[in-house]
Amino acid sequence: MNAFTVDGEPLPFLPGQTLAAALVASGRVAWRTTRDGRRPRGIFCGIGVCYDCLVTVDGTGGQRACLVQARAGMAVTTGEADDE
Amino acid sequence: MSEPRDLVVVGAGPAGMAAAATALDGGLRVALVDSGAAPGGQFWRHPPLLAREAVPTADLHHGLSTYRALCATLSAHERTGRLTLLLNHHVWTTARDGDGFTVHAVDRGRAPEERAVVLRAPALLVATGAYDRQLPFPGWDLPGVLTAGGLQSLLKGGGVVAGRRVVLGGTGPFLLPVAAALAARGAKVVAVCEAAAPSAWLHHPAALLRNPAKWAEGARYAGTLARHRVPVRTRTAIVGAEGAGGRVAAVRTAALDADGRPLAGTERRIEADTVGVGWGFVPQLDLLLPLGCDLADAGDGTMAAAVDDGQRTTVPGLYTAGETCGVGGAALAVSEGRLAAVSVLTDLAAPGRPGTRRPAAERRAVARHRAFARAMAQAHPLPPAWPAWLTDDTPVCRCEEVTAGAVRSARADEAAADHRQVKQLTRAGMGWCQGRMCGPAVHCLVSARDQPYAPAERLIATPVTLGALADSVEPTSDPI
Repeated sequence: MNAFTVDGEPLPFLPGQTLAAALVASGRVAWRTTRDGRRPRGIFCGIGVCYDCLVTVDGTGGQRACLVQARAGMAVTTGEADDE
Repeated sequence: MSEPRDLVVVGAGPAGMAAAATALDGGLRVALVDSGAAPGGQFWRHPPLLAREAVPTADLHHGLSTYRALCATLSAHERTGRLTLLLNHHVWTTARDGDGFTVHAVDRGRAPEERAVVLRAPALLVATGAYDRQLPFPGWDLPGVLTAGGLQSLLKGGGVVAGRRVVLGGTGPFLLPVAAALAARGAKVVAVCEAAAPSAWLHHPAALLRNPAKWAEGARYAGTLARHRVPVRTRTAIVGAEGAGGRVAAVRTAALDADGRPLAGTERRIEADTVGVGWGFVPQLDLLLPLGCDLADAGDGTMAAAVDDGQRTTVPGLYTAGETCGVGGAALAVSEGRLAAVSVLTDLAAPGRPGTRRPAAERRAVARHRAFARAMAQAHPLPPAWPAWLTDDTPVCRCEEVTAGAVRSARADEAAADHRQVKQLTRAGMGWCQGRMCGPAVHCLVSARDQPYAPAERLIATPVTLGALADSVEPTSDPI
């Protein structure tokens, strides 16, 4: 089984899945907080339009989890507010 | 630098695939660019080719024979080198360039890396589709509340069912395939809340009768929903959501009066761990607006690109097909794509023979599907009184966390007359999504009822890194 890491923990994924699909398959629907209200956010539009699902991938922030294809060994970090 | 190209098609959904296939069959050299990992767009969203066995989704699709035929045509032309298929490529802007167009994209095939790609051609066809229209309600930003399209994309693209107990709400026939797909994959769909009245369709018998394929499609979904005992509640809306443990736990629904106002005493609480909402779609005009093409009232509360009967925009050399010229579904998009390609072939005076179907037949198909789309839009309007279910603290702009109260104040105190002025006063629409999620709702809150929504012009359709920006003007990014 292929896996990437989410905040250091391995998360398996099926070939072809996006980071968001793998996160949702594991039961997670929120992985970020908003800047002002610190409200939890995660998957919403699923097609790259809403920018709710932002994660950091291999050190690069602002990546839409619903668009990025998962690859084995990717290091995904979550939890940043949206201004980071 | 490679050989000259005749046409760039942006968007490999039903319209873009059909357009590219017809243009290639007619002898043109084409680049087909899409941000997805496989051709198909949202309607025929598929896992990437190498993952099809691991994530089977064929049973969730409609019209797959057309998709497969288009894929076969495109593959054949890719082998001859006349088609350049660029997947995982995000187009961030387009510009006039002499007699043609320059298309700036970034290749994100190995995200987060970005590589700038610049394409040039005398003709540009934009087939960027549409996205779900959203209306806010208290609790709509809770985790586990998704767009209906988001639920569908997780299913079709990744084989993932987002929840166990699902409520769907909004309006339009799209809610039915989403409900059917979720039920087929084992989710318990506890309610589909359709705001429109069931009798609304009966006002348009001609449009229905002339489209038997739509009947068959509807009957198939109805059969699936009946088999899984999914209740469809008409004239009903989700008017609130409640959370527990960090995600949505229940929705509140209410029956609506003729104006769309919740009827007192009809409120119900339904437990659900996942909610999907969609109020029709908004045409994705980001690439068209900066090129200056005229818009027209699409009849469903949105503006769409104005086109002639050959899918030409008001900008010479610029064509558009599919939902960008008014939401109408995949069959219409395919016909429009073919027509657009025939126009390109005519306008470029290309040798060879356009397609296999005569344009006249395709035009009749477009007229038939357009009539159906108009009937659909009239049968599934936004309920005019939907703001009645907002509380002052309901977030309207998800990105900048601007509440309904703040938007209403901007309208009342400072006389903001449209969503652009509200944006300046409140920051609604100024965040990451650039108003794509809140724009139509803010528009409804401040504008005259009969005025269609036109999105703000965005010079950059998708955020790009400064590195990629620099690359796109440096010689390293020779046009391919």
